[in-house]
Amino acid sequence: MKTVVLVKQVPDSGAERRLRDADHTIERESADNLINEMDDYAIEEALRLQEAHGGEVTILTMGPTQAAESIRKALSMGPDQAVHVLDDALAGSCAVATSAVLAAALRTLSPDLVLSGAESTDGRVQAMPHMVAERLGIAALTGARKLTVGGDGTLTVERQTDEGYEVVTAATPAVVSVWDTINEPRYPSFKGIMAAKKKPVSVLSLADLGIDPGEVGTAGATSAVVSHQERPARSAGQKIIDQGDGGVKLVEFLASEKFV
Amino acid sequence: MRLNEEHQALRDSVRDFAREVVAPVIATHYEEHTFPYEIVRQMGKMGLFGLPFPEEIGGMGGDYLALCLAVEELARVDSSVAVTLEAAVSLGAMPIYRFGTEEQRRRWLPKLVTGEALAGFGLTEPGSGSDVGATQTRAVLDADREEWVLTGSKVFITNSGTDITSLVTVTAVTGTEPDGSKEISTIVVPSGTPGFTVQPGYSKVGWCASDTHELAFEDCRVPAGNLLGERGRGLAQFLSILDEGRVAIAALAVGLAQGCIDESLRYARQRHAFGSPIGALQAIQFKVADMETRAHTARLAYHDAAARMLAGEPFKRQAAIAKLYASESAVTNAREATQIHGGYGFMNEFPVARFWRDSKILEIGEGTSEIQRLVIARDLGL
Ligand SMILES: Cc1cc2nc3c(=O)[nH]c(=O)nc-3n(C[C@H](O)[C@H](O)[C@H](O)COP(=O)(O)OP(=O)(O)OC[C@H]3O[C@@H](n4cnc5c(N)ncnc54)[C@H](O)[C@@H]3O)c2cc1C
Ligand SMILES: Cc1cc2nc3c(=O)[nH]c(=O)nc-3n(C[C@H](O)[C@H](O)[C@H](O)COP(=O)(O)OP(=O)(O)OC[C@H]3O[C@@H](n4cnc5c(N)ncnc54)[C@H](O)[C@@H]3O)c2cc1C
Repeated sequence: MKTVVLVKQVPDSGAERRLRDADHTIERESADNLINEMDDYAIEEALRLQEAHGGEVTILTMGPTQAAESIRKALSMGPDQAVHVLDDALAGSCAVATSAVLAAALRTLSPDLVLSGAESTDGRVQAMPHMVAERLGIAALTGARKLTVGGDGTLTVERQTDEGYEVVTAATPAVVSVWDTINEPRYPSFKGIMAAKKKPVSVLSLADLGIDPGEVGTAGATSAVVSHQERPARSAGQKIIDQGDGGVKLVEFLASEKFV
Repeated sequence: MRLNEEHQALRDSVRDFAREVVAPVIATHYEEHTFPYEIVRQMGKMGLFGLPFPEEIGGMGGDYLALCLAVEELARVDSSVAVTLEAAVSLGAMPIYRFGTEEQRRRWLPKLVTGEALAGFGLTEPGSGSDVGATQTRAVLDADREEWVLTGSKVFITNSGTDITSLVTVTAVTGTEPDGSKEISTIVVPSGTPGFTVQPGYSKVGWCASDTHELAFEDCRVPAGNLLGERGRGLAQFLSILDEGRVAIAALAVGLAQGCIDESLRYARQRHAFGSPIGALQAIQFKVADMETRAHTARLAYHDAAARMLAGEPFKRQAAIAKLYASESAVTNAREATQIHGGYGFMNEFPVARFWRDSKILEIGEGTSEIQRLVIARDLGL
């Protein structure tokens, strides 16, 4: 089975992040950049399927020059190769444009299975897998907490929902996005780190993919951030003093915040 | 001194592992004096036990510096876990790799380099630690049955009594040298050999999640083929292993010294006194600056010793300097970090309390500070 894993480089969500005043885009150069957390789970799932069924695993990333670091890190977990879509015109791309670029790159790879994270920790659009599948005209099984491949190549996914889970199936090729409940990602070993240095990473430009630069980047964005402001300082919490109805008030609060 | 990309990537990988896997559970193991089998299993999966060994024998194809970096990052979070790795690799598997025959290597190493099994290093005895030549444990060759018969005891042996311990290498007197001194050799004693008893664990001040036991040998018989390396070379072998081990223990001490800084920075920013964070007080700032200076200098010292070792140059003096300076830095940093934490630092639930309890052994194990000074002075020709 030929699997491609979509891997996005994101700024460390644990660190302080800033938006640039000029164009309201995230400051990626100064940030500590990491592999999007959910994508580690997608990589792990691809490697487990490879261990069970054979085949090859390719990493696909669209991102600036420094995304190469995350690609190397992803490869050190075990995938065979990577494709990096790199082009200055991509800066400021919206989710719709990103999906067009990823779909174009996927067409050149013709995978049986595309794995992705269910969401990125920076954009949190949660739509990339759906959009990519739509463009490729293949099924999208999203939000998986379990994935199995049957003897005939049928994919079965337990799709996590707020209430429980749904079981959905599809024939390959298909896109599957995963949550962090699906597995426990491995840590790169030293052997994996050494091997990653020698693994092929092909770099593709927009021209290579036949995409018009005007359709992507800030120029082609279908939506734009027009203003932003600093998050207000955290306000003091809400105190509930028990006057016989403390329990009810607590439950009301929890319900209003959708905790129960 | 700069790390190459692979060493940096390994360090980052172990750093993530220590934070995500070790930190959440280690305080409970420490409190309950339980060995962290699950952490060790995952460290094995990550290849940490195979770091300095070649791929042909199942290792990771890395080097001793890679091991040191892993030990340092683990110790930054917890010393029991770090010493489990350090002792397993540099004291447990290394003697078999260095001095073992082809057959001994094939028999013992595969599971040691994956962390599925652990080996102990039995040198210290109830009556002799620093004075290793005073070894009392005896091994007599029963020529008829082609067996060594061991009698004696060892104390404070790390990794010697876990469920996955497969063997202990033991120094024993096997005869008398022509000059009348003791002939000391190294013998491999598999766990479970009749006559080899592992005593219950100690009640220790620190390293509470690490496995340490006293071992007794009474008419303990192992095949003659379990002699490791040359007969009569036992002490020389162990001392060369200890030279290397000192670099790894220095790395462990640097990790602890760094962990003290991590915790102190966090606390000094968040704890308020007299209207400001205590980190705004110069007295606290200077403590942290001194802690950082010690950790940084100690790190350079062990990197230098490791670089010499890897280049095949003499490194005995540099290893002793690194071990001496790093362990004393760890003890000082742990004391200062506890001070910065005030009363909370005296509570076991704070990591710095664990660091404080774990720091003192670093000035004692694998050669006391006095022995390191002795080694340095001798190397200078005194
Ligand atoms: C500061 C800022 C400004 C933005 N400006 C705009 C804007 O002007 N207009 C607009 O429409 N959007 C904008 N976005 C959204 C941003 O472009 C999207 O985050 C991005 O296109 C992908 O969406 P996502 O990562 O949230 O997708 P999600 O659907 O949350 O991601 C799911 C998965 O898709 C995969 N994936 C996503 N992106 C990539 C990638 N580049 N390479 C490989 N795999 C990937 C990963 O597997 C990921 O786990 C902005 C975001 C930020 C933070
Ligand atoms: C938790 C723990 C784990 C250990 N793990 C192992 C292990 O896995 N394998 C193993 O073999 N051992 C192990 N040890 C033993 C450790 O290496 C010894 O305790 C150490 O070498 C000191 O020996 P000793 O305790 O016999 O002290 P002694 O040698 O009796 O020393 C007592 C004091 O005298 C000083 N002294 C001795 N000789 C001199 C001298 N010539 N000049 C100046 N001062 C001197 C010492 O520095 C020390 O201060 C471990 C110990 C502990 C506590």
